[in-house]
Amino acid sequence: MKFRIGPRTSQIIAYILLLICTIFVISILIFIIGFVFKNGFASLTWNFLTQKTKAMGKEGGVFPSIIGTLMVTLFAIIVATPLGLGSALYLTEYTKGGVIRRVISFGADCLAGVPSIIFGLFGFIFFVIALKLGWSIISGGLTLAVMILPTIIRTSEEAIKAVPKAYREISYSLGVGKIDTIIKIVLPSAFPGILTGIILGIGRAVSETAAVIFTAGSSLNIPSSLFSSTRTLAVHFYILAREGISMPKAYGTATVLIISILLINFIAYRLMHRFIARYY
Amino acid sequence: MSVSKIKITGLNLYYDNIQVLKNINLEIYSDEIFSIIGPANAGKSSLLRAINRLADLDGAVVQGEIRLDDVDIKNIPVNELRRRVGLIFATPIVLPGSIYKNIVYGPKMHNNYTKKELDELVYFSLSSAGLWDEVKDRLWDSATCLSGGQQQRLCIARSIALKPEVIMMDEPCSGLDPISTIKIENTMLNLKDKFTFILVTNNTKQAARIGTKTAFFFAGELIEVASTEQLFTAPKDKRTNDYIIGRFG
Repeated sequence: MKFRIGPRTSQIIAYILLLICTIFVISILIFIIGFVFKNGFASLTWNFLTQKTKAMGKEGGVFPSIIGTLMVTLFAIIVATPLGLGSALYLTEYTKGGVIRRVISFGADCLAGVPSIIFGLFGFIFFVIALKLGWSIISGGLTLAVMILPTIIRTSEEAIKAVPKAYREISYSLGVGKIDTIIKIVLPSAFPGILTGIILGIGRAVSETAAVIFTAGSSLNIPSSLFSSTRTLAVHFYILAREGISMPKAYGTATVLIISILLINFIAYRLMHRFIARYY
Repeated sequence: MSVSKIKITGLNLYYDNIQVLKNINLEIYSDEIFSIIGPANAGKSSLLRAINRLADLDGAVVQGEIRLDDVDIKNIPVNELRRRVGLIFATPIVLPGSIYKNIVYGPKMHNNYTKKELDELVYFSLSSAGLWDEVKDRLWDSATCLSGGQQQRLCIARSIALKPEVIMMDEPCSGLDPISTIKIENTMLNLKDKFTFILVTNNTKQAARIGTKTAFFFAGELIEVASTEQLFTAPKDKRTNDYIIGRFG
């Protein structure tokens, strides 16, 4: 006689297996965050957030790095979002799924898989040296922009493709032109998906080390212009830990980094829900 | 007075080298509810999409001439053409947003209206479509909250708001219950003095009920066109007869 599991038992087994997977994943996340917080919370004071870095990071705070991270990330997003969204729109709305589209999509996917250190070297050779931008927020921001472009293109593309074709046909049949249809119907409907791509991009940019260390440098001064060199939080953490300057300060920096990423996600999702509630 | 509104001469339409419409010659007069009946793949929907040039977007090849008020539609700016010739789809699809936004979306693109004019336009369109009393207290609610029949009437109101001359309906009642169907038919009867209607329908009874003229399409060809009464009582072609008595289709 063949051994068979009853439908009831198989349901229970499936449920338990899936539950275990979820618990496992969540505990890894909680463990990492807990570990960093436990080690870093002691250093996390108001002074740590607002003071200049002293003695290469052994003393003082991380204020210059917070500003540096903000500026580099913001610059990258400001460059990458219009470019990425524009190409996603071109690919979805203006090409007919032919060779060009497949080549570009394939290219974007490959680009997304390139290790960030390669982007760092590219940025160093191209932006820092060839374009003579030096170690600066601009160089770092542009490098990160190139790095997060594929993410933004692909997520926007998927979001735009998910907008029902019928919406476009209805808009056209009401005598509304293509570009107005895109602006008034397609983009608002795709907005949550596009925003997800941007959030993923921000996450990658904020936490990036290799691509920035070669392009934005590691200056500890508060940046005075877009041409100043700066040290982002992730780079600061890397240097503090790698050179054994101060582990408590390193964990403090990591805590700031994690909190800021959580905060960005939280705010972005709140914005998204508010938008959806208003729009639908 | 009845004047020639749309005149189609020698229309051929191809999708990927498959001929969907074959040498169609047809004249549609104003003040008509012009019904088009025929089995699936007869080319009924393609004809409507050729008239408002949506077919161009699907990559269809259109030969022949379609004239609106004796002007070749190729010489009418496409957005203007689509404003003048509205199209209602089989599945009512409302745009995301409120009932009010659904109505004013199109008109706002064509004209600069003041807030007051828009309010009046919403009232005019919804009452023309027989929907005003049902939705007047919730104009700002999401349009997706409406029932299927109400959504279809909202789609009609959305077209009316553009002050079109012709309203084409592509099986507008195929997904609706009988009561909603009657409401939409009444809407058309009430409005037939203001607009020219072209009604594509799978429901021969519907054509018989409200059509002034009826055309029978089969496999991309126009088999027969006559006044509704004549077509249903004394069809000239055997295929027409077979179709309307329900032998096939």
